[in-house]
Amino acid sequence: MGKIEIQHLTKDFPNRRRNARPGDDSGLQFGDRIEVLRDIDLTFDRGEMICILGPSGCGKSTLLKIIAGFENPSTGRVLIDDKPVCGPSSNHIFVFQHSGLLPWMTVWQNVGMGLRHMPGNGQRQEKIQEYIDLVDLTGFENYFPYQLSGGMQRRAELARALAVNPDMLIMDEPFSGLDFLTHMKMREEVVNMHEFIGKTILLVTHNIDDALIMGDRVVLMSGRPSEVKLMRKLAFEHPRNYEEEPELNELREELYFMLGVSYAV
Amino acid sequence: MPMDGSLKTIYRARLVSLSLPLVGFALGLLLWEVLVRASGQSAHVLPGPLQVVTSMGELIADGTIFKHAVASLFRVTAGFYLAILFGIPLGILLGRLKSAWHVLNPVIQFLRPISPLAWIPLAMLWFGIGDKPAIFLIFLSSFFPLVVSTTVAVGAINPVYFQVAANFNLTRLEVITKIVVPAIVPSVVTALRITVMIAWVVVVAAEMIAVQSGLGYLILDSRNALRLDYVMVGMIVIGMIGLILDWAMRRLGRIEFARWNAGQG
Ligand SMILES: Nc1ncnc2c1ncn2[C@@H]1O[C@H](COP(=O)(O)OP(=O)(O)O)[C@@H](O)[C@H]1O
Ligand SMILES: [Mg+2]
Repeated sequence: MGKIEIQHLTKDFPNRRRNARPGDDSGLQFGDRIEVLRDIDLTFDRGEMICILGPSGCGKSTLLKIIAGFENPSTGRVLIDDKPVCGPSSNHIFVFQHSGLLPWMTVWQNVGMGLRHMPGNGQRQEKIQEYIDLVDLTGFENYFPYQLSGGMQRRAELARALAVNPDMLIMDEPFSGLDFLTHMKMREEVVNMHEFIGKTILLVTHNIDDALIMGDRVVLMSGRPSEVKLMRKLAFEHPRNYEEEPELNELREELYFMLGVSYAV
Repeated sequence: MPMDGSLKTIYRARLVSLSLPLVGFALGLLLWEVLVRASGQSAHVLPGPLQVVTSMGELIADGTIFKHAVASLFRVTAGFYLAILFGIPLGILLGRLKSAWHVLNPVIQFLRPISPLAWIPLAMLWFGIGDKPAIFLIFLSSFFPLVVSTTVAVGAINPVYFQVAANFNLTRLEVITKIVVPAIVPSVVTALRITVMIAWVVVVAAEMIAVQSGLGYLILDSRNALRLDYVMVGMIVIGMIGLILDWAMRRLGRIEFARWNAGQG
């Protein structure tokens, strides 16, 4: 479950701005098409953790939204388990860049959102509790999102996503806005969770280390219009370490270079 | 103990914040009395505060003031509830359905600036005399502001929440009950607070026509009888009830259901 094929995918938006702003492509007229994704061809195996890297504004979120079914491609198509994506579904849950928790619902209600139709109230409650416990939010069931720290909010959203048992998780910069330590811990937790539940995870990040430490596969996208610049399988054991894997370190230098930074820091 | 000390500070601050408004009212009364004496007008033209208090005592003692206040409050409540009943659902419809908005919004924006008082002739023609035309005018005064603020509130809902809803297969009805309604509650409560004031202002004017009760009628009737002291009693009671209404609506904004956005300021 969760094999993804992206075939000849392109996406462009009409330019709605009448007056060019500084920084816009020169010569862009009102009504012109802004090409965001150009001929993307990718195939991922089920159960993989795929990390997508790319400069800001290149179309990573757009790609994820097309895969999730929130947006339609301009041309090309996306197949999940050999079936074309037609709209959002609880088979592939999106974890949003900024919180996608519903702020008027408690952690409990948020996690229970996807379990509305579960038969048996007791069973349902057990399930909700199970996933809240899984992400270590026991005791915070009745908290509202605004009463939680950034890391706890991400974990609650993760619990909500996992609770519907999707084939695939789609995560858009899940660590952005977290402090350094929380970032590191969340990263480890997502890796552990992935090894534990074995779902396909598609994760966008702008952090090269995130991609190299977590991914079974990294994809590097170019600037707009975005094309696949590099795709590499990473068959290294977890937990990963640059010192012990010179190959990983080389790839890291290469990625930095391709993203326009001469020296890895 | 430090606890005692800080408690004392809190109570002192509260005492000050409660007593300062009284100082304001006392100064107002004093100014009133001074003006009365300086003007040398007779009590028929400009009654002083003492006389108004005595007259208020009379109207309280014989129950007149309660009868009129209850009549006014009844009309405001009826008109206001009708406006909520029709205005909020219409606002949600306009906020969700772009085509309905394009069709109806111009009409609403056109009708909105017409003062409810301009409807008086039509109201009397359609509804005769009695409570109905007054309730209709209250309804008009609250309906348009409520429709507009609800529409704006629905339009301001973060689109991410609708994507979450689609992701978890919420039905159209569930989108309304679980997303739209809770999302707009804080702004709608604020709108209600403003609107109930408008309704309270309008009821007095509405009662100067077509009815034989209410605070507006009391004022008009007292003027005809040249009892300016009763006119002033009516004004004072209107002000006091206005304060109470505003206070009640502020309490409404503090219930938990309306407070999910507390963290967002
Ligand atoms: N709905 C839209 N209409 C017009 N342009 C859009 C829309 N969504 C995204 N874009 C443009 O597409 C480009 C890619 O956006 P996005 O996918 O959010 O980038 P990333 O997530 O990689 O930072 C941006 O230049 C953005 O302005
Ligand atoms: Mg993005």
